[in-house]
Amino acid sequence: MSMQGYNVLIVGIGGQGTILASNILGEACIIEGRHVKGAETHGMAQRGGSVESHIRIDGLFGPLIAPKTADLLIAFDLLEALRYSHYLSTQGEMIANRHLVLPTSVYTQNIAAPQEPEIIAALKKYRLCALDADQIAQDAGSPLSANVVMLGAASHALPLSPASLLEAVRRSVPKKTVEVNVRAFEKGRNAGGSCQR
Amino acid sequence: MVEQGWTMEERYLLGNEAIAHACIEAPVDFVTGYPGTPSSEVIDVLRSQEKRSSYIEWSVNEKVALENALAAAWCGLRALCTMKHVGLNVAADPLMTSAYTGVTGGFVIMSADDPFAHSSQNEQDTRCYAHFAKVPCLDPSTIQEAHDMVRDAFALSEEFCLPVIFRPTTRICHSKGDVILGSPVVSNRKAEFKKDPRQYVVIPAHTRILHKKLNEKQSVIKKRLVELGYNTCEIKGKWLVVTSGIAAAYVREILPDNVSFMKIGAYPIDESWLKSFVRKHDRVIVIEELSPEVEDQVRQVAGDIPVYGKKDGYVPLEGELSLPVVAAIMVKAGIIPQNPCPDAVPVPNLPPRPPILCAGCLHRATFYAIRRVFNDAIYPSDIGCYTLGLQLGVVDTTICMGASITVASGIAKSGEPRDVVCSIGDSTFLHTGIQGLLNAVYNNANITVVILDNRITAMTGHQPNPNTGHTACGIESNPVSLEAISRACGVSFVETVDPYDVPSMLEAFRNAKARKGVKVVIARQQCVISARRAGIKRGRFSVALDVCTSCGTCIRFGCPAIEKGEEDKARINDLCSGCSVCAQICPAGAIQREVKR
Repeated sequence: MSMQGYNVLIVGIGGQGTILASNILGEACIIEGRHVKGAETHGMAQRGGSVESHIRIDGLFGPLIAPKTADLLIAFDLLEALRYSHYLSTQGEMIANRHLVLPTSVYTQNIAAPQEPEIIAALKKYRLCALDADQIAQDAGSPLSANVVMLGAASHALPLSPASLLEAVRRSVPKKTVEVNVRAFEKGRNAGGSCQR
Repeated sequence: MVEQGWTMEERYLLGNEAIAHACIEAPVDFVTGYPGTPSSEVIDVLRSQEKRSSYIEWSVNEKVALENALAAAWCGLRALCTMKHVGLNVAADPLMTSAYTGVTGGFVIMSADDPFAHSSQNEQDTRCYAHFAKVPCLDPSTIQEAHDMVRDAFALSEEFCLPVIFRPTTRICHSKGDVILGSPVVSNRKAEFKKDPRQYVVIPAHTRILHKKLNEKQSVIKKRLVELGYNTCEIKGKWLVVTSGIAAAYVREILPDNVSFMKIGAYPIDESWLKSFVRKHDRVIVIEELSPEVEDQVRQVAGDIPVYGKKDGYVPLEGELSLPVVAAIMVKAGIIPQNPCPDAVPVPNLPPRPPILCAGCLHRATFYAIRRVFNDAIYPSDIGCYTLGLQLGVVDTTICMGASITVASGIAKSGEPRDVVCSIGDSTFLHTGIQGLLNAVYNNANITVVILDNRITAMTGHQPNPNTGHTACGIESNPVSLEAISRACGVSFVETVDPYDVPSMLEAFRNAKARKGVKVVIARQQCVISARRAGIKRGRFSVALDVCTSCGTCIRFGCPAIEKGEEDKARINDLCSGCSVCAQICPAGAIQREVKR
């Protein structure tokens, strides 16, 4: 079924900045005068847990994306990319950070966990762009800007103009970090542009 | 009223931010509440305004909050009181009778429901409370509607002279969307309490009359809510879908053109209005979250018309709805031929990533010491970040705020022979823990009470409490002494220790274990998130691989900063906050603070 609007699911680990990323996309929609709906994880679930932000660009109805109807999945962690991969539609695209943080339970309870090459192989059935957002963020001037790097990489797929996204970055990040984040967005956009699709 | 600069503005906002903005447009004069997901951001937004014309407090609990706000509404001010659904249980006593006394200033009680219990202990439905208390209830289905309803609710409350309950759910409070906002308004209302004992002193002779008046208001309210257009019905065919709240958004997305659509946004529902629309159809299905509140009323007026809903298994009685769930309901009822949402199966057997106590959290260190000293004990606990101690095996019970101490004394008094050690956070202790402590001491229970004192209400987003030292709006205030409260309750053994000092913690617990009666150990250390925000930096720790014996002690400690590396030796990652507890518990002495070169 073709769902109304363009559905973006951002996933990661509590504390990685999924909420700021969702704010930037929402702000870009306001700049372009488009409707937008979203939903996200708050409260205790944020404490290092798996988190998700739903954004429905041109959305008019409910805020939640149904499984297998996301047009774009942006994953700040590779394990979370796999966990939420069933949300992606058959034609959907995935932008994933190669970085992988294993849950503490893996160590405390000796649970088997997939490693990077295995996950990448499993995700190959989707249109995947995997990049080292942590390294690119470091190069941009702050490891905290990895979320904006990911948006830059995703900007090729998003139905929003890069100018609106950049303006939304400027409006949404703390004033002192605008320069770093603009750089992070541009470096991410470059990395996303050279991804094989 | 003085209007400020701008008018209509469109912004991308969290539901709770839009609700807060609506309060500024109303404008509200007096705001109280107790934090609780998903309601907390409303006051957090209001209290962070640079300029404000309202009084704002985080109260010690919901009953206190509601009574404070009620008093302000008795003085003619516009008052808001916020809480989560279970908070309304705590505030239920004043709520029920405030419907009798009524109000003069507009009084809005926001009680946020949490279908699927994303961050709650149950899935109760605030609409039932509104029904029970005989007060109007507004139930938004979109963020824009939430904004508009709250803005108008104060005037509605003044018109009916009754508190109005505003009941958003998680998918409203924590959803985002483009919202059209009005102008902020500065209030110049002056409080004046007009003495009227027949209204405000609910002795039997007065309350009997007040109850009659409340009942007489009901039909007026129902008619007025119809006029105001909160409840709507579009007739399109012989099938009628009745919805409320966020379910309306899911239904709308997939509703065929030839099916009628009714949305309930305000209660009590006018029966004659409801009947007139229901009776125009051959079949009706009611799709709502939580209790069958609308369904019950539809069934009462439907006559011979078949009604589908929760009572015959078409709609789930628990959990939250979603587009795929609503679509499946509509397929089952025969409204749509097939589910438009594709089947999707998550990748199986991935390691779960539940929320976890932060690296360097004082609670983990305290729980570790409790386990070391009381290895075969019963551990009642409470509501807060520390409920995550479940993963560490030191949380045996939680029911509601403050129930750690009472459950502990109940278990001990039952004759259970094992030690009983309960844990409760500072904010929860001040919320409803003190009475339990007083009761346990007075009735000679044998328990150890551990107050996990991080000086803040952390889980809901770091709201200050009377233990923090400043009010909601940042005004300095003397922090209460938990030691003095404990002693005043009659506790003679009160010890305060630093959870980062493992030997002292162990000694305090050993001393407590050796004594009879109620023992209080206050484990005091700043929340690691507050500490980071305050700029406190402690050096990171690392593992000397040649000394590490791969014994796994630090791994089992469960800190997210500690990983298992090569040869099962420990490795400390970037999350390390420098609390030093792992270094103190390492039997080989392999963990040391990193020396900066």
